[in-house]
Amino acid sequence: MSDIWLVLGGTLTGAVGPGISVLYATYGELITERAGRINLGTEGSMLMGACFGFMATAETGSATVGVFAGMAAGSGLSLILAYLVIYRDTNQLATGFALTLFGAGITAYAGRGYVDSTIGGLNPIAIPLLSEIPKLGEALFQQDILAYIAYGLGPLLFVGLHYTRTGLSLKAVGESISVAYAAGRNPRVIQIAAIAAGGALAGLGGAQLSLGLTHTWSEGMTVGRGFIAVGLVIFAMWSPLRAMVGAFLFGGAIGLQLQLQTVGAPVSPFILDMLPYLIILFVMALWSRASARAMPEGLKGVLRANT
Amino acid sequence: MQYQSTLRQAQGLATTITTPPIARSLLAIVFAFLVFAIFIAIIGRDPVEVYSKMFEGTLGSRVGLSEVGVRMIPFVLTGLAASIPARVGLINVGGEGQLYIGAWAATGVALYVDLGTIWLMLPAMAVAGFLGGAIWGGTAILLRHWRNVNEVISTLLSNYVAILFVDVFVFGAWKNPTGFGYPYTSNFEFESILPTIADTRLHLGLVLPVVGIIATYLFLSRTRWGANMRAVGGNPDAARRRGIPVLRYIIIAMLVGGGLAGLAGMSEVSGIQHHLRPGISNNLGFMGFLASWMANHNPIALIGACFLIAVIVVGGDVLQFSGNLPSAATLILIGLVLFSVLGFRKLERKIE
Repeated sequence: MSDIWLVLGGTLTGAVGPGISVLYATYGELITERAGRINLGTEGSMLMGACFGFMATAETGSATVGVFAGMAAGSGLSLILAYLVIYRDTNQLATGFALTLFGAGITAYAGRGYVDSTIGGLNPIAIPLLSEIPKLGEALFQQDILAYIAYGLGPLLFVGLHYTRTGLSLKAVGESISVAYAAGRNPRVIQIAAIAAGGALAGLGGAQLSLGLTHTWSEGMTVGRGFIAVGLVIFAMWSPLRAMVGAFLFGGAIGLQLQLQTVGAPVSPFILDMLPYLIILFVMALWSRASARAMPEGLKGVLRANT
Repeated sequence: MQYQSTLRQAQGLATTITTPPIARSLLAIVFAFLVFAIFIAIIGRDPVEVYSKMFEGTLGSRVGLSEVGVRMIPFVLTGLAASIPARVGLINVGGEGQLYIGAWAATGVALYVDLGTIWLMLPAMAVAGFLGGAIWGGTAILLRHWRNVNEVISTLLSNYVAILFVDVFVFGAWKNPTGFGYPYTSNFEFESILPTIADTRLHLGLVLPVVGIIATYLFLSRTRWGANMRAVGGNPDAARRRGIPVLRYIIIAMLVGGGLAGLAGMSEVSGIQHHLRPGISNNLGFMGFLASWMANHNPIALIGACFLIAVIVVGGDVLQFSGNLPSAATLILIGLVLFSVLGFRKLERKIE
């Protein structure tokens, strides 16, 4: 019995850290999809952020520079998708997936010399008083600076999407390009900006992963976190607040896996490694009908799942 | 009569969309190689030397050519695994995982079923590989039809699960007890190994993509079912109104696609590795997916796309070996080629 409580407690405290990088990528993909585009290159942008964020930090000694370098790298990669799908009308899913492999190639090449090194990167900052709350305080308020920014970004995006002119334009483009155009918006510019912002946030997530969580860089280190983010956006029904729930669910799955490994659960570690992917698929299946109703009109042609 | 004429219209439309304009594609490929040459120059290497080494190591020698052929086998099979579902509007990004499960199933037969002769072992392994890949791919249709989960996400995530699934066995129950702790299964017996052709690494698995391409081509272009598949992919609602059983087409296309990727896995363990180990595929399934899009899901064009990717991949290995370029650079070049081919395609005039 005590094992169960130990595992559950550990899962809760361990859920936040691994969830942050996915949360940023999910925010990014959410913005992109609200504008009616889907970017499977999110995984590639995360890798770019993780790699270039790490390299920039290692070279300059400043994690701040690393974070911005990661954002720029993630955003730069996503601009390739923006050009191809908006101006050349290529298939979004194939282009996005190719972008991920392209990013994997670039980062495997660029990061070769950094594979075995460790850096200080981003360190946890305990928030006075709050961090002393048992369990919860430890889980939420002993994180790095990017975690605190991520907590705030969810509500901020929520307000931004629903109550600002920019947010409303973004949603309008995602619902109908021609209606948005008729209303005097410039759909192309809005979509390019949304894709670039999405790539920047994915890059930020990647940078958080290599600078804040692992403090190392290794080839392909995101292992599908970017694709999980694409799934979480659907689970989140395109709401930034639900995205937070989804990302911490992913973090919880990682936390649970680590806890089970620590207490020596009699299961192959590889089965435990499957948990995050399976749990995300499971929750997507559970809430799929509701999320199908919430889908932006502009995505319905690409993401249809009913036959 | 009316059915006939709409069908002809649909076919006509499909041909204008799916026939790849060869000149444009070649131009796009040249463009991608030029961009990559700039990249090579920027990192301080000589593009002419790199490209000539790449050419010598692939098309310039018998060994190189046979290596290109060896690589084309899984590329074509996983390419078909993306192309066939694409005909009915499905996007199968799960070729990599289906390949792993096919390799796993074929290995299971090789290690634990003794049929005595190679004439029974190889077909049994092929059937197991096909079924493994088909079932793995089929779960995506289950999730799609009954739970509304889009197959892009489910096939993408199931790749990671499949790779770990193989790890469970090769690090666990199937680990060779005399393998010095390496996560490999025991080596296959002679009866479970695809014979090689002449003295190269090219093996009889070559039959699989050849038959696959011809069968797919004939099926898609010469049969009513092939035409129906296009109709399902073009507009499922219209197809349904014409009495085409849409769901049945979708299920079968995905099962066949997954099965072909599974066959690729069988051919890799039986023809090349002769045992199962982690990381058996190293992006083979993903390359097939890219080849399928490069070829616009046309089975004949797929041969060309797979040939090109195989040349780049084998050439990349040669360059890595000679110290000219790390093999990670091949992914960059392949990405550039796909962006370029997609981007050079003539824009359809949109009717809104």
